[in-house]
Amino acid sequence: MTVEVVPRPLARQARVPRLLAGPGTRQPIGLLEHERLHGQLPLPPARAQRESAGRLIDVIERSGLTGRGGAGFPTGRKLRSVAGARGRPVVLANGAEGEPASAKDRLLLSRSPHLVLDGISLAAFAVGADRAFLALHRQEARLGASLEAAAEARAAAGIDEIRIEIVGIPGRYVSSEQSAIVQYLNGGPAVPTFSPPRTHERGFDGRPTLVNNVETLAHIALIARHGDRWFRSAGVPEAPGTMLVTVDGCVARPGVYEIELGMPVGAVLVRAGGLTEPAQSILTGGYFGTWLPADIAWQLPLTRRDVTAAGGALGAGIIVALPASSCGLSETARVLRYLAGETAGQCGPCVFGLPALADALADLAYQGERRVGGQVSALIGLVEGRGACKHPDGAAQLARSALRAFSADVIRHRERGPCYGVRRRPVLPIPGDMADW
Amino acid sequence: MLRRPAAAGPADPWGHGGLVSEILRVNPIACTAHGICAELLPEAIQLDPWGYPIVMPGELTGEMLSNARRAVASCPALALVLEKERA
Repeated sequence: MTVEVVPRPLARQARVPRLLAGPGTRQPIGLLEHERLHGQLPLPPARAQRESAGRLIDVIERSGLTGRGGAGFPTGRKLRSVAGARGRPVVLANGAEGEPASAKDRLLLSRSPHLVLDGISLAAFAVGADRAFLALHRQEARLGASLEAAAEARAAAGIDEIRIEIVGIPGRYVSSEQSAIVQYLNGGPAVPTFSPPRTHERGFDGRPTLVNNVETLAHIALIARHGDRWFRSAGVPEAPGTMLVTVDGCVARPGVYEIELGMPVGAVLVRAGGLTEPAQSILTGGYFGTWLPADIAWQLPLTRRDVTAAGGALGAGIIVALPASSCGLSETARVLRYLAGETAGQCGPCVFGLPALADALADLAYQGERRVGGQVSALIGLVEGRGACKHPDGAAQLARSALRAFSADVIRHRERGPCYGVRRRPVLPIPGDMADW
Repeated sequence: MLRRPAAAGPADPWGHGGLVSEILRVNPIACTAHGICAELLPEAIQLDPWGYPIVMPGELTGEMLSNARRAVASCPALALVLEKERA
């Protein structure tokens, strides 16, 4: 009698890493290696399908998984509402990472493509979808080719019930918004639409459309294998599991890390090698996020509830430590200029308001303009909540948090003109804007 | 947003027991800043510095509601909508 030695899947042993388990490379983990690491895709046989689809949604709901794309909506509830909607559902995995300060979706897709594709397959099964898309930015040609190859390998091995279609969307900030991707797939331009109708009720082809971030789907792939209790064994009770964070700024090893939810921001910065110089402020949540004073942020547990209660934003897990020698006002003014240029050009208050807001912030940062403080606040009020999508709201939130976090600088800039920090190399990445430095 | 609770009673076309109010909303994609809504309904709509409407919070009273319907009907861009919503 021979005893077959089945290697224990890595993900079952350790609480972290889960999504990033396996070799520490950026090379894509192939199908065989993926199955050795995590086990095969747990799709049930055709006979038991309807019942087990409901059970899979139950398990995901019990796991407490929330969306990792920024909004943090309970994933199980979204699956249930799409599964119960009128019409044959469609699954859309959002891998179009529009946020310049985020790198986690790209890393996950390039390193663990089959984890994401497993998640898409399972989500399609759970809601009864007959089509599934994975959307990427069109200019990510290499990533697209590697995902095509991964999908090809799965088709050859007969793994998925439906073929996962990889689609490239125009590479703009607002084109990664879910209604923009849906409108693009429907043959229109890749810009957001007015709601209702909402995507989960009437999306692609007028059918209920489940839109999930690729990290969320990768978590589904592991929950389907190991269960909801396993998922909750990491993180904290009100915010279970792990999440990918992108750490940047004055840390020794900027990059993407998988952390347990509830880990204090300071500990995350230590994971990224620790501070290389004193930090004055921490950007949480990215360019739609908020600045928090470094001493407040340091102790803050990374959960949506804690970060929001402190006036911050969890967003898609972006943490940028701003060095004390930088100027927070000029950093924010640069980002606002970028966001103003990224408007879809559809809604008047966003088209006219964001450039005006960017101008006012630039005056404050670079000229020390005396009256613009009040002007910035007034403009924030004029753009917030007045677009079809959340683009103006996110920009307004960032600008408002800058006035609060850098209030001493606002006064200093007005009284003595711009500080030395405006001459420092910018910390926050802006696509195509680092050439001067 | 403007809300007006509809009277409860036998006429309950939406079947919500009278818990329906009507909300004035601007579709910001369709709106091209004609400004006619602010002329017809100045008590509820103001224009921002670029000429786009800002809907003031407050209740839609009987006369305002009929003015609101007129403003909705007069928008050349069909960007102003009255939406029924459960209170």
